[in-house]
Amino acid sequence: MKKVISGNQAVSQAVLAAKAQVIAAYPITPQSSIVEMLASFCASGELPAKFINVESEHSAMAACIAAASVGARTFTATSSQGLALMHEMLHYASGLRFPIVMANVNRAMGSPFNLKADLSDSLSQRDTGWLQFYCESGQEVFDTIIQAFKISEQVLLPVMVNLEGFILSHTYEIVDIPEQDRVDAFLPPPAERPILDVEDPSMMGATTDLYINFRYKMHQAMEEAKAVCQKVDEEFRTIFGRGYDLLQTYRCAGADIILVTAGTIAATCRVVADRLAAQGLQVGVSKIKLFRPFPQEQLRRALAEAKKIAVIDRDFSPGCGGILAQELKSALLGSNPDISVHEFVAGLGGKDVTDDHIAWIVEEVMKAREPEGIKWIGLLE
Amino acid sequence: MDRPARIKLPLPQEEFMYSGHTACPGCGAALAMRYVFKALGPNTMVVIPPSCAGTIAGAFPFSSVKIPILRISFETAAISASGIRAALDVLGKKDIHVLAWAGDGGTLDIGIQALSASAERNDNIIYVCYDNEAYMNTGIQRSSATPAGAWTTTTPVPFTKDTPKKDIVRIMAAHKIPYIATASVGFPPDLVKKVQKAKEVVGTRFLLVFSPCPTGWRYSSEMTIRIARLATDAGIFPLYEVENGDQYLLNRRGWKAESLKEYLSLQGRYRSLKEQDIDKVKERVTKEWEYLLRLAE
Amino acid sequence: MKKRYSVKKLQDLPLTSITFLTSEANETGEWRSQRPVIDPGKCNRCGLCWMYCPDMAIGAEEECFTVVDKYCKGCGICAQECPNGAISVVVEER
Repeated sequence: MKKVISGNQAVSQAVLAAKAQVIAAYPITPQSSIVEMLASFCASGELPAKFINVESEHSAMAACIAAASVGARTFTATSSQGLALMHEMLHYASGLRFPIVMANVNRAMGSPFNLKADLSDSLSQRDTGWLQFYCESGQEVFDTIIQAFKISEQVLLPVMVNLEGFILSHTYEIVDIPEQDRVDAFLPPPAERPILDVEDPSMMGATTDLYINFRYKMHQAMEEAKAVCQKVDEEFRTIFGRGYDLLQTYRCAGADIILVTAGTIAATCRVVADRLAAQGLQVGVSKIKLFRPFPQEQLRRALAEAKKIAVIDRDFSPGCGGILAQELKSALLGSNPDISVHEFVAGLGGKDVTDDHIAWIVEEVMKAREPEGIKWIGLLE
Repeated sequence: MDRPARIKLPLPQEEFMYSGHTACPGCGAALAMRYVFKALGPNTMVVIPPSCAGTIAGAFPFSSVKIPILRISFETAAISASGIRAALDVLGKKDIHVLAWAGDGGTLDIGIQALSASAERNDNIIYVCYDNEAYMNTGIQRSSATPAGAWTTTTPVPFTKDTPKKDIVRIMAAHKIPYIATASVGFPPDLVKKVQKAKEVVGTRFLLVFSPCPTGWRYSSEMTIRIARLATDAGIFPLYEVENGDQYLLNRRGWKAESLKEYLSLQGRYRSLKEQDIDKVKERVTKEWEYLLRLAE
Repeated sequence: MKKRYSVKKLQDLPLTSITFLTSEANETGEWRSQRPVIDPGKCNRCGLCWMYCPDMAIGAEEECFTVVDKYCKGCGICAQECPNGAISVVVEER
């Protein structure tokens, strides 16, 4: 059934449809309406889950981990400071190999204090062993959360689904919410996995000098996860008639310049690409949907013929540069020797990234013979 | 000599810990685990943060405990127990006891936020704090449970801890949880009885178990039980229960000043205490007892 | 020191560090420098030594309580707490 709902509401509707069993909740702008809606689903009995009102995000993740340890399907949501506060627990969740799904509403990391869209919060958690997806529409948010439960329960790694604060979380779009029986057909109850069991007691998370071997197993799982994500997306397409791929390419074949980005900026890029095509300039757009594991093969294939790339980062790693740019450059190393990668940082702290900005980016890159360092968009004079 | 016809053991016989664990010889914390796990039985799951208990529980692939354990991060004992509780309830396994097992550091310091939250929600868990009065697993650093005047590596002489032990029982009583008790490895049948009583209560139950540490308190390992009993005799560690935050049940009403001197003199960590410091301890114990007796009326 | 079982192959490892053996493989009796000796003549089988042992290293047999040599760390609590003086502590000879 088609509804006009916000990105946050799409998250809550998906968690309801996925029949999460334990939900840990702590409010933080711009995520709070997710947990509020889930609270009302639980209160009305529509969602027969246990709803734990925790006292901090660190505890929210601890609660999810503990719930997962006995086999429950579990969910929480957060943003920036909350995500950072639970950093330690993110490692715990992936190291214990528990399937947990979390929605992260991307928001700038303080200080200075800012409540608006910025991908630095989740991108700076890229080493924690979580899979990461980035969404650009309410429909994609809903669908990705449903897929996330299935993926996490197959690869036995936790999955983070990201949506930009306010730009996506608080804007209303048409979202098709499928009938429950179709969701049930796609997302069965989780398969058996190691859990705490009084009939067969063991200690999970014990101290070990064989640590490197367990990390290797996690590495193997991450490698296999790419194929699992692909397969789950295909299954989704079969049942629901729509899919997303790990990397979405638009007008990339034969493009003079390809814009690479994540999140809602990609939508603006496509609008600009269409406009410039009418003027005879071939602009392609490559949207990174799956960021962890990094879709190296897909990216190399998409950019195999490209000459110029502009990476637009709504994030920034001080002392290094845009994070998407770094990941892309290291993925491309050794593949396409003719490519030049131009780096742009835009939209930090929710600053609007407009079609004019994108058009300017294209102009700059077409002008430049080689990359001229990181260019920042939207600064004061 | 008259021998009894059959052995009658002072506690339930079945063990829920295995020998071969790596606790120090004479460890009070190991005794606390042994007794509480005995009292709870096999239908129990426990979460353990980094601590002596975490080390005693074993290293991969060995466990020294007969019930399932989740090793969790330091601050999260209470919320991890709450999370398991919520999941078990949703999955229909409401008869399994969920136990949070943490030391004084993990409870009074880094874990107090999560503990307060679980208590405020009255989550249906049993939280046991085994108190060896310092961060022992990391090498005897002070915690807020370290008593005034005690030596630790981070309160070396002459800068021994100058503030009194944080009163976690009073803090938990303020949360009005259904059952709180202090217990000691020096009085195992009393401890077992309290755990069995706690088992029957629904809601957050908190037990503080006095667990002397030969390594950190600087005494010869065979004195663990003697020192535990002296602490209660001396009024330093009173045994009492609190129901619903305001009904105080004192398990013993008196205390002996003579025991105080013996208690302190047996432990190397109090070696720097002078006569006037011991008088101050006596004052504090007297005051605490007046307060407790008033509450118990 | 006795060699303990350890996992040899990567494929034999579980998903994460989930234990599958007990600590009984670890013979902590090797630690001690002194050992308790129980005099069956003085033992009245009150069970206090069994109760107070942190390592469950006192066996409660019908006739008398015995020291479990494999695990006893020699802490001496049993000797200290025995009400009948039935347990003495001697130097461990190896």
